[in-house]
Amino acid sequence: MARYLVGRLLSLVFVLFVVSLITFTLMRSVPGGPFDEGKQRLPDAAKANILRKYGLDQPIHVQYVKYMWSALHLDFGIPYQVPTETVTSLIAKTWFITFQVGMMTVTLAFGTGILLGAIAAYRRGSWIDTGVTFLSMLGTTLPNFVVALWLILGFAYGLKILPSGGWNEPNDWLIPGVFSKNWVLPVLAYALLPMAVVARYTRASIVDALQSDYVRTARAKGLRDRSILTRHVLKNAAIPMVTALGPIIPDLITGSIFIEAVFRIPGLGKYFVTSTFNRDYPMIMALILLIALLWGVTYIITDLAYVALDPRVRLGGTMK
Amino acid sequence: MAATPIPDAAASTEINLSRRQRTLWSDALRRFFHNRLAMFGLALVLFFLILAIFADFLAPYRYDQADFTKVLQFPFVDPQYPLGGDEVGRDFLSRLIYGARTSLTVGLAVQLIAFSIGVPLGAFAGYRGGAVDFVVMRIVDIMTAFPGLLFAIFLITLWGGGLEKVILVLGLTSWIGALRLTRAQFLSLREKEFVGAARAIGATERRTIFRHILPNALTPLLVAVSFGIPAAIFAEASLSFLGIGVNDPLPSWGKMVGVSGAYIRVYWHVGLFPTLLIALTMLGFSFVGDGLRDALDPKLTIK
Repeated sequence: MARYLVGRLLSLVFVLFVVSLITFTLMRSVPGGPFDEGKQRLPDAAKANILRKYGLDQPIHVQYVKYMWSALHLDFGIPYQVPTETVTSLIAKTWFITFQVGMMTVTLAFGTGILLGAIAAYRRGSWIDTGVTFLSMLGTTLPNFVVALWLILGFAYGLKILPSGGWNEPNDWLIPGVFSKNWVLPVLAYALLPMAVVARYTRASIVDALQSDYVRTARAKGLRDRSILTRHVLKNAAIPMVTALGPIIPDLITGSIFIEAVFRIPGLGKYFVTSTFNRDYPMIMALILLIALLWGVTYIITDLAYVALDPRVRLGGTMK
Repeated sequence: MAATPIPDAAASTEINLSRRQRTLWSDALRRFFHNRLAMFGLALVLFFLILAIFADFLAPYRYDQADFTKVLQFPFVDPQYPLGGDEVGRDFLSRLIYGARTSLTVGLAVQLIAFSIGVPLGAFAGYRGGAVDFVVMRIVDIMTAFPGLLFAIFLITLWGGGLEKVILVLGLTSWIGALRLTRAQFLSLREKEFVGAARAIGATERRTIFRHILPNALTPLLVAVSFGIPAAIFAEASLSFLGIGVNDPLPSWGKMVGVSGAYIRVYWHVGLFPTLLIALTMLGFSFVGDGLRDALDPKLTIK
């Protein structure tokens, strides 16, 4: 177990190293720099000064080594777009907002998705099943920005009961101090697609489990429906769900650029676009490394959860 | 449908069965055509394909031809402009028809790139195993660390937008699935008897891979393509919505939805029509994909 984990972590470090190398090479291989002049030309001396300040006058490999060295000490530099902050504080501040939307979305998507999927599977062929199938079809065919647009049109402009966007504006609390009205539409729009995927997958897994021999055996033993469902069906259905649905979570908590753009949420999303446009090198590196790290860790956790849930699975054949 | 490399033997036995021959493919086709949802999906896909191919004949105007008296013209009012005009007075119907061309071009071309990278690499890794497999799988590890659409956004903002760039970038970021699938197929198929037999009669490695293993691995790949196309269309719409996808004046449904945000409170049509078309395309392709998967699954019994 420990050996497996160490192996996985080492390979994660290797992946992060290569990812940083690729990102650095890619962003430096295109023309343009962070301090290119627009209409007003800077005096050469002033420009040289700025470049020296940010270390951009040094050879490129030196810049890479220096950046990575300070990154190892958790210093990701200063974002050129917002020079009064550090990359770490800017990401922490904006990601906190994105993270809140993400967690609410995860809760809604998984909560309703699993519930709907389970009901649909258990009442297969009924109108509930048809309804859930239709809903999940709708969720997977419409991009979230399209859903967002129509939700705004319906609830903000049509019914005028919810704000069309913004974040934590005063007097906009649905439940004072706990839940803001601003959060309803973004979370709904964002959750529809993952909810559809979760419901679909849950339904398939449970239908699979319901038709298995062990459920027939349990029925034959005369077990009550409820204990068959909780002790036999749900446990077995959970195994494929963990591997398939686990990776949705890092995706959701890093946010959607689209949702944040449509609903004017001051989150992390816009920096993915603006950082590259403005050649904000430290910010790009930090963002991509953050995402890569999140995904790597999620995959490791998913694999571990798989082992914990299914005693037949062994990690790399090392466990006895 | 294990390839039979000895046709002479079959011919010489002269067994004439009165029953019509049933192969995996004919069975699959029959099941596919009996699936009503799949047929509906196929009809949708064909409809959009026809729109895309014959856009030049079907569209009443060019996609970039603007009439400034028709700016945001409502639909069903002017018979010359049946679906109204867009925000700069271009015929909305023509824009939608040409939008089908953009979407389908992206969908097909992206899958072409993804599979021409993923399939050979996956086949190679799965067949050879060992060190080759190790190296390829480390590349896969690295690619999965770059999450799809975010990496695409990064590359597009770096290299600039436009139809060709969008296709290239989406192609370069979506071949991992094809690789994984092919590799898994090859890992299991290379242990099968017919592969051993092919090797035993001295088939070259290339022949074994392409003539014996690949045809048997084709089924899941076909299903993967049918799900990959709508995914690419979805991604293109998303990039264009952000304004970093297809460049003006080329129409894209995603871009049309993006632009419509500013006008939709009054001019509902600029948002509604592209929304419907995106949904219908996605629906069509997923029905076809579902139908193909069910039809090609030999575990399902034929009714």
